[in-house]
Amino acid sequence: MTQFYRNYLAVAVFAVAALGMVGAMLGVGRLVRPNRPQPEKYIAYEAGSDPIRGFGQSNVRYYVYALLFVMFDVEAVFIFPWAINLEALGVSALISMIVFILVLTLGLVYAWRKGVLRWA
Amino acid sequence: MNPLGVASIVTPGVDWLGVAPVALLALAAIGIVLQRSILRRASVAYPSALIVAAVGIILSAVALIAQWHRVQTDGSYTTLSKMVAVDGFSIFIGGVVLVATACSVLLASRYLDRERLDGPEYLALMLLSASGMLAMASANDLIAVFVALEIVSIPLYVLVAYDRRRSTSLEAGMKYFLLGAFASAVFLYGVALTYGATGSTGLVGIANYLSEVTLLERGTLLAGLVLMLVGLGFKVAAAPFHMWTPDVYQGAPTPVTAFMASATKAAAFAALIRILYTALGGSSSDWRPLLWVLAVLSLLVGSIGAVIQTDVKRMLAYSSINHAGFILIGVQAGTIKGVSSALTYLAIYAFLAVGSFAIVGVVAGRGDADSDLERFKGLSSRRTGLSWAFTLLLLAQAGVPLTAGFIAKFGVFSAAAGAGGTSYVLALIGMLTAAIAAFVYLRIAATMFTPAGEGDQVLASSKVDLGTGIVIWFSCALTIVIGVAPGFLLGLAERATLLFLR
Amino acid sequence: MIVTPTWYLVLAAALFSIGAVGMLVRRNVIVMFMCVELMLNAVNLTFVTFSKTLNDLSGQVAVFFVLVVAAAEVAIGLALIVAIFRRRHTGTTADDISELRG
Repeated sequence: MTQFYRNYLAVAVFAVAALGMVGAMLGVGRLVRPNRPQPEKYIAYEAGSDPIRGFGQSNVRYYVYALLFVMFDVEAVFIFPWAINLEALGVSALISMIVFILVLTLGLVYAWRKGVLRWA
Repeated sequence: MNPLGVASIVTPGVDWLGVAPVALLALAAIGIVLQRSILRRASVAYPSALIVAAVGIILSAVALIAQWHRVQTDGSYTTLSKMVAVDGFSIFIGGVVLVATACSVLLASRYLDRERLDGPEYLALMLLSASGMLAMASANDLIAVFVALEIVSIPLYVLVAYDRRRSTSLEAGMKYFLLGAFASAVFLYGVALTYGATGSTGLVGIANYLSEVTLLERGTLLAGLVLMLVGLGFKVAAAPFHMWTPDVYQGAPTPVTAFMASATKAAAFAALIRILYTALGGSSSDWRPLLWVLAVLSLLVGSIGAVIQTDVKRMLAYSSINHAGFILIGVQAGTIKGVSSALTYLAIYAFLAVGSFAIVGVVAGRGDADSDLERFKGLSSRRTGLSWAFTLLLLAQAGVPLTAGFIAKFGVFSAAAGAGGTSYVLALIGMLTAAIAAFVYLRIAATMFTPAGEGDQVLASSKVDLGTGIVIWFSCALTIVIGVAPGFLLGLAERATLLFLR
Repeated sequence: MIVTPTWYLVLAAALFSIGAVGMLVRRNVIVMFMCVELMLNAVNLTFVTFSKTLNDLSGQVAVFFVLVVAAAEVAIGLALIVAIFRRRHTGTTADDISELRG
């Protein structure tokens, strides 16, 4: 086995392990769970919305979560380069990032206090 | 060495006074959001938010004054690794923005109450937008300009659509958002191309590169210049990028319209002037013809478009396009005098616009829906003081002597005459369109002094509350004072231009 | 075949044009919105390419800001769409929302 293929050995091990894990979980689940078939259970799962009727009009309530997710997800863009260089940048960078995250958190606190996180 | 392969990163030094006006406004906005998260009762939340906003605006103004004194003695300087320029120009525009913001906040209190809208969020958004405008006035790097532009625009999109229950407000917000985002993207592509052509995003860096190197292939730079002009043309509402202006000005809540017409225009022009004069000052032969065309189109579209409108808010929107044309006359002159005349015009137009929209807001009454010209019929008999104030502001917008509007127009015309050549033609076109626009203003004034007929429905207008009263008095007083004794403002603008960092 | 930076610039210009044209011809608000995102990402590609050819990091730093601004715009845009949808319960095309004219 050349060095080139040996590098991919870890990937292969991972793939086998991942498949094994999924198989084991589903298999154990099948052995343990009770079996009561109902028609609703055979509809494709689309996060709670009806997959057949109402196509293209996803529930507006999800948008709020999408908004909050997008904000926090993209702010991570600043955190990665910061984290890599934190030692070189020193304390001032740490304080700056804490302030940045506090401001972001304030937005979340505001949304929470306003009650948009409640599923109504 | 770190994983990025960069030998060392030097964190830029911060001159706290230089960023204080921006930071204080942003802090006030954050403070309002914070206290809104804690206090949910509307009766407590709004007054306390108003106090925080007032403190923020006043502290920011104090910081600006401190900057002014420092710049007078020590000269202009930059901070945050040349991202932020603190000079007379940025302080002057900052002052205009702060005054316009204070006026819009004064207008808002009664309005929000009348339309039953949430107050604290409105103030927070307005302060955030204003902090972006201050940042824009002192942005000395194209990336800083872009970020500031977005800090201005994103709260404005929300503010325009703030009256969620009124579909016209939502529609205006959507239109402003789509076109604004489009304009930002176009501007940004211009920034990218300019960066590619010159190897720098700093305005001074671009200027240095262009003065040292003769570009063999100028295509990229010119494309970048044109795209940046298109993007900023949208923001200042210059024709042919004006399509959104009437709809958005009409649909937005009136205090927001006043804010957009005064403060946003000043900030966007500040960015435009700084990019053109600092970064591309050496290649003014490239951008002067472009601005010439923009100015002519804005003058014509603004004045002729206003004639065919029947809604006063739309008329004022077109007149705002016309005024953008006049300011462009000053900018395209490419001289020191041109910049100072544009600054004077921006300052004067700011309070003319705020005062005019304040009166429209009062007359339109609850729901903010009806600002049709019909509604102004016979206003003089019902509200004598209000109609005289509006007449004064309209005459000033037309440029009648002994009002501030005359000083503004005279300044840009003499700057154009000083630049000579094609600017001369532009000044002539400007005078022609001023005459056309004057017809519109006189038409509004005449309608107010026509007695309402038998069949005309006379609808009740709102009362003038304290805040609105202060704004109207303030703008009328300034109109006359500056019209009679313009020396102080002209001196300030000249001093600000002399301290313009290049 | 060697892929030169020019290829990336041309690709970015093409993407930007697709976005700009889509913005002008499509009427669905969400699609128009996606077109703006496409334009911004085309700009990002331009920035990164120039950053590579000029051997200068500031172009890549610019991309960070653009990404974040784009996210903020997404948030506002989606919120506006939700607000309009709640208000009218109609489709989201630009023709559905046009009362203001004159």
